[in-house]
Amino acid sequence: MFSFCTTPADLPDWQWFACYLTTATHFALYRSVLVVLLLLALAAPLALGLGFLGAMAVRSRNPVAKGIGWAYVSMVRGVPDVIFFLFVPLAIDQGVEWLFHHALCPDWTEEVWQGNDFRVCPEAKTPLATSPVWVHQVWGFGLALSAFALVFGAFAANTLNGAMSAVPRAQIETAEAFGMTHGQAFRRILLPQMWVYALPGLSNLWMILTKATPLLFLLGIQDVVYWARELGGQKTGLFLYPHPDWRVWYFLGVLVFYLTLTWASQKFFDRLMVRVNRGQATAGGEALRKAAA
Amino acid sequence: MKKLLLSAAILAMTAGGALAQQVVRLGTEGAYPPFNFINEANQLAGFEIDLGNELCARASLTCEWVITDWDGIIPNLVGGNFDVIIAGMNATEARAQVISFSDAYKRPDPSAYMALVGTEASVMESGVISAQSNTVQAGMVAATSATLIEFPTPDETIAAVRNGTADAVLADRDFLLTYLNDAPNEFEIIGTVMPPGTGVALGIRQSDNELRATFNAAIASMKADGSLNALLVQWFGEEVPLFE
Amino acid sequence: MNTCAESFETLILRSLGREYGAQQLPRGLDITICDQVFLIASGLIWNVYFAVLALAAGFFLAVALALAKGSPLKVLRLPAEAFVFVFRGSPLFIQFFFVYEALVLLPRGGISVFGLIIDTQWTTRAWAGALLVLFLNTSAYSAEIFFGALKAIPKGDIEAADAYGLSGGQKFRRITWPTMLRLAWPSYTNEAIFLFHATALVFFSAFPTRQQMGDALYYARYFADQTFNPFIAYPIVAAYFILLTLALIGLFGIVNRRLNRHLPRAARARLRFRPQYIR
Repeated sequence: MFSFCTTPADLPDWQWFACYLTTATHFALYRSVLVVLLLLALAAPLALGLGFLGAMAVRSRNPVAKGIGWAYVSMVRGVPDVIFFLFVPLAIDQGVEWLFHHALCPDWTEEVWQGNDFRVCPEAKTPLATSPVWVHQVWGFGLALSAFALVFGAFAANTLNGAMSAVPRAQIETAEAFGMTHGQAFRRILLPQMWVYALPGLSNLWMILTKATPLLFLLGIQDVVYWARELGGQKTGLFLYPHPDWRVWYFLGVLVFYLTLTWASQKFFDRLMVRVNRGQATAGGEALRKAAA
Repeated sequence: MKKLLLSAAILAMTAGGALAQQVVRLGTEGAYPPFNFINEANQLAGFEIDLGNELCARASLTCEWVITDWDGIIPNLVGGNFDVIIAGMNATEARAQVISFSDAYKRPDPSAYMALVGTEASVMESGVISAQSNTVQAGMVAATSATLIEFPTPDETIAAVRNGTADAVLADRDFLLTYLNDAPNEFEIIGTVMPPGTGVALGIRQSDNELRATFNAAIASMKADGSLNALLVQWFGEEVPLFE
Repeated sequence: MNTCAESFETLILRSLGREYGAQQLPRGLDITICDQVFLIASGLIWNVYFAVLALAAGFFLAVALALAKGSPLKVLRLPAEAFVFVFRGSPLFIQFFFVYEALVLLPRGGISVFGLIIDTQWTTRAWAGALLVLFLNTSAYSAEIFFGALKAIPKGDIEAADAYGLSGGQKFRRITWPTMLRLAWPSYTNEAIFLFHATALVFFSAFPTRQQMGDALYYARYFADQTFNPFIAYPIVAAYFILLTLALIGLFGIVNRRLNRHLPRAARARLRFRPQYIR
């Protein structure tokens, strides 16, 4: 990085650290922070979408949809999320390859499971063995993302369902008295009002999601935890920058990173809450009106 | 069986140009110096990296490296996420039940117990011994009366000895030597024991007979011209057992 | 290959150590369904151990923290707020890593307090170190719940207590405390479920396993890795967790009924299995 970094062993302390903290592996650590943020940015809307579907299913008049929705929401609640993170990516990976195998290679005569080996035809490999490394990385990230979306979709479904139930019944009845259809009342009355009730739950959900992102590490993604452990470990004379076990400092850094992230999120949601409360028939809205008057 | 594989190969070749050029994915841990590790340039380095690249060159294969946790390395191989394990793995009978091995590229070498200077040798039988989980060494400690303490990465097993969580660590001697040479006044080797198996070898799916034959041929050619021995000496020093 | 009876005998207490069962865990092709069912069940001992002790101890610290947080004194309020912020603002997973790495830095020979040498080695073991993290973590979350409940006690109740001339201690014991518990209980139940599920993380973070003594998920992953089949071990451990979660909800429901027994039937908040995700 710097011109003086050619012979690290002879450097004074501050220069040594300047060089050490700018090695390619440290830049990988800094980039992995972006991976965490990217996961958050993608998982949150996906989970919200899944949660919306889940909430609709739970509220559905169709008993089958209701049953599926309820099972989905309560199963995720009954089981630790980490089990889903270990199971879902593996299951999706093998499931997709199995489906492709049957679709693309109908003439394949060998068994898919040969003893312990899980073998599908080369065309069904996802991603293909010939794909460049980044495709494999994107696929691995996508699998992790799907596990996060699934778990937090169930969480969001529950929050949104609660928020929809919280909208005063009289509002819907008034809408129906005006001759709106069921769908119209839902879109024009229920949806816009639901958000103020959903926001506390959703902001809480965002916090839980943020604090679940280190579990990426368990899925084999090279995230901040991976790099903190890798870089913090003792480095012997085989390396350019030998040092003793510094893991405690690296994990302290990760801890501070997450504290900053949740702190900033909290500030953001506090401001957002003020905005959505404007003009609402709630205690929060009333407080805003009084403050203005 | 052979016929089946042949027809499969033809199918693969006719299926499309993208598959004509075979890419072999090599799985390694990247945390086991000097066998394999990630250097400051964020690149894989070590004995097995040099070896793997040379083997692929000799076999005219396009190879790609994949870094994976040691704990998941066999499941990932049989699950098809990569095609070859090259991670300092001892070819043992227990593992041979689930995967197959190439010919050894490093001869069996005793595993060593390393402890802080002044530790009594009796800890090997009655103390707390750290080892990396799912290694032959973990299996060996579990079979003794000592208490096994398992860590997911090799580096943590050494840290455990240094901070007193474990009385000694059992691991490949060549791995321990890099730490021992760094701090000769701190550590000492208190005993050695021969691990099971026929040496360090490539792990390959049992159904991949063709790939195994290809790599065996490449390993044989490296043994024949002495380049494998040269590589061993380069990374492990003069004491390493060489191939005849 | 074990028969089912052998599996039960050698594995059901295996998580406590090899003195209580098989010397080595079943491996590779020898693994039977019974092995998986019983060994994973054995691991639940640790999940229950961590959850019960962390919740029991955490309850008291949480109440103390909630009172400190509501205190007008800065010396009490600020440390309590900082504690809650740190433990609620960072992931439990990272807390495990950080605390483990910090504990191993304690002097090897022990700490000397007034001439007494206090051994530090045991703190890095999972039964102590991980329990400490879980205890501090749940204390912070529960403190926030109790603090919220404290704020939600009806003003009239306190005023009525003052009018009756109750002393500070009496007021707390008879009014503040029972009302706070009653209001906090549904959320606290939810926190207990979260904590119980969080115990599955212990052996996936920094804490090493000794003699292959692990929790239910440790063994489930062991089997998934050994058999290369995630479709048996993970559903088993998931089923166990669902059953224990239901048991936990039942248990907390009994307490909830007792806390609300003075209220008219219609006003009692029934604790149903209504999944909540407040944490």
